[in-house]
Amino acid sequence: MSVNWGALGVVTIVSLAIGVLVVVLVSLALVGLSAREPLRDGELASADDTPIIGHGRTPLSPAASTAVAALCLFGAAAIVLYGLYVIVF
Amino acid sequence: MKFAGVVSKVLLPAVLSPIIAGVVALIATYLAYRITARGADGTVKKGFKVGQIISASMVALAHGTNDAQKTMGIITLTLITAGALPADAGPPFWVILSAGLAIALGTYLGGWRIIQTLGKRVSEIQTPQGFAAETSSAAVILVSSHLGFPLSTTQVATGSIFGACAGRRLASVQWGVAGQIAVAWLLTLPAAAAVGAVAAGVASTGTVGTVIVAVVLVGMAAGIYALSRRRPVTADNVNNVPAPQPVAA
Repeated sequence: MSVNWGALGVVTIVSLAIGVLVVVLVSLALVGLSAREPLRDGELASADDTPIIGHGRTPLSPAASTAVAALCLFGAAAIVLYGLYVIVF
Repeated sequence: MKFAGVVSKVLLPAVLSPIIAGVVALIATYLAYRITARGADGTVKKGFKVGQIISASMVALAHGTNDAQKTMGIITLTLITAGALPADAGPPFWVILSAGLAIALGTYLGGWRIIQTLGKRVSEIQTPQGFAAETSSAAVILVSSHLGFPLSTTQVATGSIFGACAGRRLASVQWGVAGQIAVAWLLTLPAAAAVGAVAAGVASTGTVGTVIVAVVLVGMAAGIYALSRRRPVTADNVNNVPAPQPVAA
């Protein structure tokens, strides 16, 4: 019995790469978009309570953070659209 | 029967796909929570909520590229076997249309009981987990469809949801529910094979046998529907389940 392990490996690696990358890019974009909102009283500067340099939520200015967020969203959208292009055509 | 082909092309991908989806969702969820820990709560929740609209649409697309094809394939194979189509024919348009409409109708009708099990009984799912699970499911199904592996969207989505719940906190997953689902999966394949074999045997005896199979099928469908009405799960009560346990993010 011959099992096409190569194709199964491709499914694993490509799914892992795409799934994780898209979620990470969207997460980074949301952090970037959060830079416009100031930290509330009592809110920790980060999950592990380490000080964050700069404007609170990110080390970048709100404008730069928004630009990075846009880039991340663009990257996630590009990955999804390229995937659809490969599947459809 | 080409059993080796069934194992390598059907059984193995069916067994591996929920595991792969679960691992992808676990890693993606863990990273999503780590990365967005310093984000504004409102922005993060709203962002993932909007993202879920897109990721859910991708899962629906993936569902159509894989599950609908299996139905079309079986109908087309039956038509070829019966001599209604030449051996090298593709699925006729009416087969594609009916399979698509049937899947759309099934999706529209809800499957509320499955939604309740996966959305409320496994763990209390938050928007980052939902987004990660849906993205993982869509990625696994679409890549598999592209390489010609038939999968079950339900099984892949279930693996993703368990992975997403474990990615937030391992202890938040109701592993008893996971065991029940695993047993149901184990029983489904041999049960379907046995029912299919009996139905094929009876139908092959002639017209009367075919009518008997059809009548039994309709009767069983009506019985299952009647049983489901004893404790109906609808859009109104799908969320009326006690949360498994409160978990701090």
